[in-house]
Amino acid sequence: MTSTSWGAAEQKSPFASLTHIIKARETGIAIALIAVIVAATAVNPSFLFSNDGFRDLLLTPSLLMVTAVGVGVVIITRNVDLSVGSTVGLTAYMTGRMFIDFPGIQPVFVFLAGIALGGLLGLINGALVAFGKVPALVITLGTMYIYRGINVAWAGSDRINASDMPASFRELGTQEILRIPVLTIIAVVVLVIAAWYLKNLRSGRELYAIGSDPDAAHLYGLKVTRNVLAAFIVCGALAGMAGVLYAARYGTVSSNAGYGWELQAIGAAVIGGVAISGGVGTVWGAAIGAYLLLTINRALPIIGIQDFWQRAVVGILIIGAIVLDRVLAVRQHQRLVESREGAK
Amino acid sequence: MFNKERKAGRFGVGLVAIAASAALALTGCSGSTDDSTGMATDGASETMAGGDANLAITFLPKNLGNPYFDTSNAGGAEAIEEFGGTYEEVGPTEASPTAQVPFIQTAAQQGVGALVVSANDPEAICDALNEARDAGVKVVTFDSDTNPECRDLFINQATSEGIAQVQVDLITEQIGDEGQIAVLSASANATNQNAWIEMMQTELEANHPNVELVEIAYGDDDDQTSFDKTAALLQTYPDLKGIVSPTTVGIAAAARYLSTSDYKGEVMLTGLGTPNQMREYVEDGTVEAFALWNPADLGYLAAYAAQALITGEISGEAGDTFEAGKLGSYTVDEGASVLLGDPYVFDAENIGDFDF
Repeated sequence: MTSTSWGAAEQKSPFASLTHIIKARETGIAIALIAVIVAATAVNPSFLFSNDGFRDLLLTPSLLMVTAVGVGVVIITRNVDLSVGSTVGLTAYMTGRMFIDFPGIQPVFVFLAGIALGGLLGLINGALVAFGKVPALVITLGTMYIYRGINVAWAGSDRINASDMPASFRELGTQEILRIPVLTIIAVVVLVIAAWYLKNLRSGRELYAIGSDPDAAHLYGLKVTRNVLAAFIVCGALAGMAGVLYAARYGTVSSNAGYGWELQAIGAAVIGGVAISGGVGTVWGAAIGAYLLLTINRALPIIGIQDFWQRAVVGILIIGAIVLDRVLAVRQHQRLVESREGAK
Repeated sequence: MFNKERKAGRFGVGLVAIAASAALALTGCSGSTDDSTGMATDGASETMAGGDANLAITFLPKNLGNPYFDTSNAGGAEAIEEFGGTYEEVGPTEASPTAQVPFIQTAAQQGVGALVVSANDPEAICDALNEARDAGVKVVTFDSDTNPECRDLFINQATSEGIAQVQVDLITEQIGDEGQIAVLSASANATNQNAWIEMMQTELEANHPNVELVEIAYGDDDDQTSFDKTAALLQTYPDLKGIVSPTTVGIAAAARYLSTSDYKGEVMLTGLGTPNQMREYVEDGTVEAFALWNPADLGYLAAYAAQALITGEISGEAGDTFEAGKLGSYTVDEGASVLLGDPYVFDAENIGDFDF
């Protein structure tokens, strides 16, 4: 809604102020993240300064971050992908299965297979949404159950155990280069590529245009169908990659791996300033949102806050983020109205 | 979670030289007492009676291809071979509530002597079981019970007291009976876990005054949540000496975290787990020992119980006793149930013998 009102104006002049607001938004989330880290470290210095603490701080949110970047891209096109949690689960299980069924397989093939499977699942979502012209919420709610169902049918009561996967692969889950965990490096590389693409490439900007006003984008001659399809494929592929990393990090994969991740990923994107109504936000925001969400999860028990409140705080953050969106949108709207009146 | 775990039934195959020999040794010992000399005679006479009894025993697990039941049924097959019956295994491919019904009906039509069942649902297979019993088939449940009125005997793998006790014993021994410990449970409302934890607390207060239980964390039986909760426990309590996780998901996740952390070998971890899940962590020294029952023994005992029912040696009344080969003699408890015994402790010495 808000984005519609911006749509026309956005094409031309107030670009500077728009980017400024977004920038401020991400800065705000980053400050909140730093505040959480400082508070937790003040209570318990090992939160930041112990080996484990520092590593977990960087490592734990990395997987969600990869997923949130993908979901962020889809949300920017004014769609949503609820099936990413199931995609993570399915690819994580396939990862383990490949190591069992093809002993001695190179981890790089497993990575490629995971990304390919995720991309395929994303393609199915995207095709149904883009060609079927059905709301993504409904389609991906359906595929969420279908993908999870396939996972349950495939895994059954079975489970991938740590000893099923080669040590070299599992070490990926904890390896560090210059004290930075490898998984975090992978996640940041993904983030930088996605952010650069969205900011600088024509097709990246088209995603924003589509999200702002799909009909206008279509009339303008943008290939809406193709772009939406691509966004879903990227989202699925990133979820697939997160699934492979999940197996490396957690070592155990059962049929409920990645359960509930879709909502965490959407929550991360929304907290990070990606408007659920499309067309606004950056994957940087989604990534910082993922870090904030999971760091709060880790910090609250250390500060000594009960389970219930940990969940409530996440809920408050999400609602707060949406309220903030709304307030910013209304202000922006007023400002645009004022400037129009002024021009007359 | 144990419930869920059993429903999902992810355990596996394998037989246990050490357990077997230990159990044999035990039987040998008790054989010398007056008590079980009588028992042994019973055993002999019943084997003779077995000559004309219908010792065809069919095992019906929750589902086929499930390593836990492969292990337990292998134990059953071993027992049946010992007393000269015929072993058969049938079962559905998936553990759905009614999937076992046609197998029960077929077994009844074939006129088998006994059915040994792990029920997917306490209610759904009741009618079929009772029809089979009317046709003269003895019904023994193991691992997962039906309603008591649908079966002759239930073989119970462990009692809550036994499970709580073994975990307290393991952790207090590993930390030298002193210091802070935490519990990593399943979900906050998991009935089994809560009952065990309560008994563990009572036992700790009564017999281990220097051990302090500082927190009960809930990992929701989710790998990732349990993993993160373990990290939080370790950071929150720098002096933590040990973690007890009475759930198979929790202990594996906690072990995974510990194995890559600075606390490996310093913070002890024990609880309930399966050998396949824990093998990696026992071998790398993260975990010294953990507990569960031995499914092979469970199947073995169920087979002997079925045989005792067929020969009429027992009827399922409380106080009935029967001989179960290498495991020794067993007494039927109230509610027509037989308890396998104390949980089985897995450690670096014996974990290689198991595959489930």
